Amino acid sequence: MYFMKFITAIFLTAFLAFAIGLFTTLPWWSFVITSFLVAMGIHQKSGKAFLSGFLGLFILWTLLAIIKDFSNEHILAIKVAKILPLGGSYWILIFVTGLIGGLVSGLAAISGSTARKN
Amino acid sequence: MRIAPFLISTAATAGLVFVLNSALPIGKTKTPRLGYFLSPQQGFWQNAEASNASFSGNIKLEGLKSKVDVFMDERLVPHIYAQTDLDAYYVQGFIHAKFRLWQMEFQTYVAAGRLSEIAGPERLNIDLFFRRLGMVYGAEQTMQRMEKDHVMQATVDAYTEGVNAYIKSLKPEEIPFEYKLMDYKPEAWTPLKTYLFLMYMSYDLTGSGAKQDLKMSNAKNYLGYEAFEQLFPNVQDSLDPIIPKGTPFLKPSIVPIAPKDVDSPYLNKSIYSSSVESPTTPNRNNGSNNWVVAGKKTASGRPILCNDPHLGLNLPSLWYEVQINTPTHNTYGASFPGSPAVIIGFNDSIAWGVTNAGRDVLDYYEVQFKDTSMQEYWYNGEWKKAELRLETIKVKGKPDVNEYIAMTDMGPVMYDRHYKSDTIHPQYLAVKWTATKAGTGLKTFYKLNRAKNFDDYQKAIADWSCPGQNFAFASKSGDIAIKQQGSFVARWKRQGDFIMPGIDSTYQWQGMIPESENPMIKNPERGWVSSANQKATDSTYPYYLGTSNNFPVYRGVMINKRLSVMNGITPMDMQFLQNENFDVFAEMARPVLLKNINVSKLTTTEKKYVDIMRDWNFRNEVTAQGATVFNAIWDSLENVVWEDDFKNAKSPMPWPDGSTLLDNLLKNNNYRFADNVNTTDKIETIEDDVMEAVKKASVYLEQLEKDKKLDWGIVKDTRVSHLLQLPALSRLHLPIGGGKNCVNATTSAHGPSWRMIVHMTDETEAYGVYPGGQSGNPGSKFYDNFIDSWVAGKYFKLLFLSKENATKNEKIKWHLTFTNG
Repeated sequence: MYFMKFITAIFLTAFLAFAIGLFTTLPWWSFVITSFLVAMGIHQKSGKAFLSGFLGLFILWTLLAIIKDFSNEHILAIKVAKILPLGGSYWILIFVTGLIGGLVSGLAAISGSTARKN
Repeated sequence: MRIAPFLISTAATAGLVFVLNSALPIGKTKTPRLGYFLSPQQGFWQNAEASNASFSGNIKLEGLKSKVDVFMDERLVPHIYAQTDLDAYYVQGFIHAKFRLWQMEFQTYVAAGRLSEIAGPERLNIDLFFRRLGMVYGAEQTMQRMEKDHVMQATVDAYTEGVNAYIKSLKPEEIPFEYKLMDYKPEAWTPLKTYLFLMYMSYDLTGSGAKQDLKMSNAKNYLGYEAFEQLFPNVQDSLDPIIPKGTPFLKPSIVPIAPKDVDSPYLNKSIYSSSVESPTTPNRNNGSNNWVVAGKKTASGRPILCNDPHLGLNLPSLWYEVQINTPTHNTYGASFPGSPAVIIGFNDSIAWGVTNAGRDVLDYYEVQFKDTSMQEYWYNGEWKKAELRLETIKVKGKPDVNEYIAMTDMGPVMYDRHYKSDTIHPQYLAVKWTATKAGTGLKTFYKLNRAKNFDDYQKAIADWSCPGQNFAFASKSGDIAIKQQGSFVARWKRQGDFIMPGIDSTYQWQGMIPESENPMIKNPERGWVSSANQKATDSTYPYYLGTSNNFPVYRGVMINKRLSVMNGITPMDMQFLQNENFDVFAEMARPVLLKNINVSKLTTTEKKYVDIMRDWNFRNEVTAQGATVFNAIWDSLENVVWEDDFKNAKSPMPWPDGSTLLDNLLKNNNYRFADNVNTTDKIETIEDDVMEAVKKASVYLEQLEKDKKLDWGIVKDTRVSHLLQLPALSRLHLPIGGGKNCVNATTSAHGPSWRMIVHMTDETEAYGVYPGGQSGNPGSKFYDNFIDSWVAGKYFKLLFLSKENATKNEKIKWHLTFTNG
């Protein structure tokens, strides 16, 4: 049961972040709202809320980046990974992309989980 | 609600979003807004173009008169087929923007002195320089003139609409990579931006005077005129001019007369001095080669035209290949993203190519103002009004900078009490420059695109004013020609080489040389025409062409030497000639060096290097160590000869040209400047200098050898840099030979920016290559895919197709249609 909740939260976080992300005139961090709402709606303890919020965006952003990167044969990712600088590694760049989305979403999820009356 | 945890986590979320949404300073630069930049749905990942991406599609454009078909070939070259010329330029604007938008806009930011707006206060220096030089003013002048020409106005308007239609169609996530990196957005294109870009080309090709005239004034004052004349002469012994020696010229219709008092304040030591350092200057090696061989020298019996403009090598490239086909013309060639039409290319009847004329068309005049408000200046015995022009420079993260520039009849007052006043004397210098005198440049290309024969070519280039160019021409009917065309000042000797007094008309320009008296030659007996930025004529031409160090001499010598012995020429032969790495300067200079080297006085190491140089075949190939050694010894020699003569100079001065030193070493056994003025007990000879140069060069060469860098290609280290100079977006360490005195004039960041060969057979046979790629997107495989071919001296056969053939050619990969809607 807890596990189902956890998985559902991850899935919903990712799905809603993707959906709101389709509106590219909105700011890139608009998923803060959806991650917050998911954590508020699917109640879990703060730690778990963070983890599902984190994983939802981490998985989403990593996957989206991988799809773009592999069809591009890493041309751009290698260049960006030199500029940032991440040693020219596209895998590290993909990981950092996921990490950044995940952290913001995870924090928003804690916020959502604590916003709710116990 | 658990208040405390809620507040803390909410604050943490907000804080993290804030940080990731900000550009964070790292050293002198700033990071992109990382959250935005890395966001896969908005940031840079969106610019990672799928390697199998399709470029086909149907696009609706408002205002199109009829359907336009664009066929993209496998190299991503668009072949545009339109029913009207305006539709074609509309679509050309759209396509330029689709593949090169960021670059187009960035180049106009540079030209307009707006870099600080996107890059911050560090670029303010360059912005001020361009504004005060009159770049924006000049572009406005051109625009006003061109707007009186309805055809040209409609052309530029259609192009502008095309660019803007693309910008409007862009979704936020689709903006080019560099906008995301630097965090700004594209703005609307305007006709002024097109003229700003063309103004930048004028600057790049004629703007060196903005620095050189000051440095030459310094040198003349420091050395005295007599020594100056010897070091900066107007003759070059090796000159093989564009117009063959002995060709008769028309009697001049203007005979400019030097002022009576020219000897005293102007040519001799004067009060003028400046220690000003320009923040930027055009590359000294900006230049080009072009030549045409007539049918009598080719295997096919038809002319072959060749052109390779040498400019700074950048990504995205300055050039963009395109074919434009309408009922009025069918033209292929290299275009400028930012401008309609083809700039260097060919059509069904003719081909043309350009090189820089290098003539001096920029002068400084001292202005005497009544007071520091700069509202009135003294001219011909009365006070004249000067307008104050306000230029507002926006600076990222800082308040605007308001710059007031006094405008005189001579031109904008570049230097005044406010700008660089501590480094310049006199304090007010106005710039008189043909680039700011409203030209009709674009119209020349518009007409060349449609020219059918020699007469059309002549009419097309007749009005060309700035930058002065050598227009080479070939037609299918067999004519070949070259003409140096531009708006050139009829100068008395040395006029404008130094700062001139501007208090009356005495030193003003006395007239412009009539277009009909510009150097031109058609179908010469010898069977070819050529130019490589050397002086256009020998000394029998009745006008002053300018000081010799504006004119590189050796590439021209080499090209003519080769062409004179070639017969039965094929396009393949011409490819080899464009990639020729033979250094004719070295061929002339090495014997003088060797003659003056006393081997018995050298160490084993020094002797080893002299041997490497002696065994070298004069080819600047990638692995040629002899080229490295020769250049090191020659550079050291220049240092040894000149350093003492210029050592005490407090202000910036040019050193004499390599050709001046070589000419004198070849002619004189005793060269006055060989003496080191710092040694009083001894008079050094050429031999002393050469020996010292060998010893100095050997120290440097030993270090190179230790670092395994003795190969010419490694020392030269050619690169093609991204316009933002980011190594990750550049191509570095390219294994290519050549050098500034070779036909293949490739130096470290500069060289043949477009190589083109056009064989005027019934079905045009053309080849081309440039060091870049058709896409400006660093995330596209078409971003730099021509570079390896360019390095290897290989060419692409250019697809010049009728519409019917385009639909079935196997090299056509994509089809874009544009319809009104």
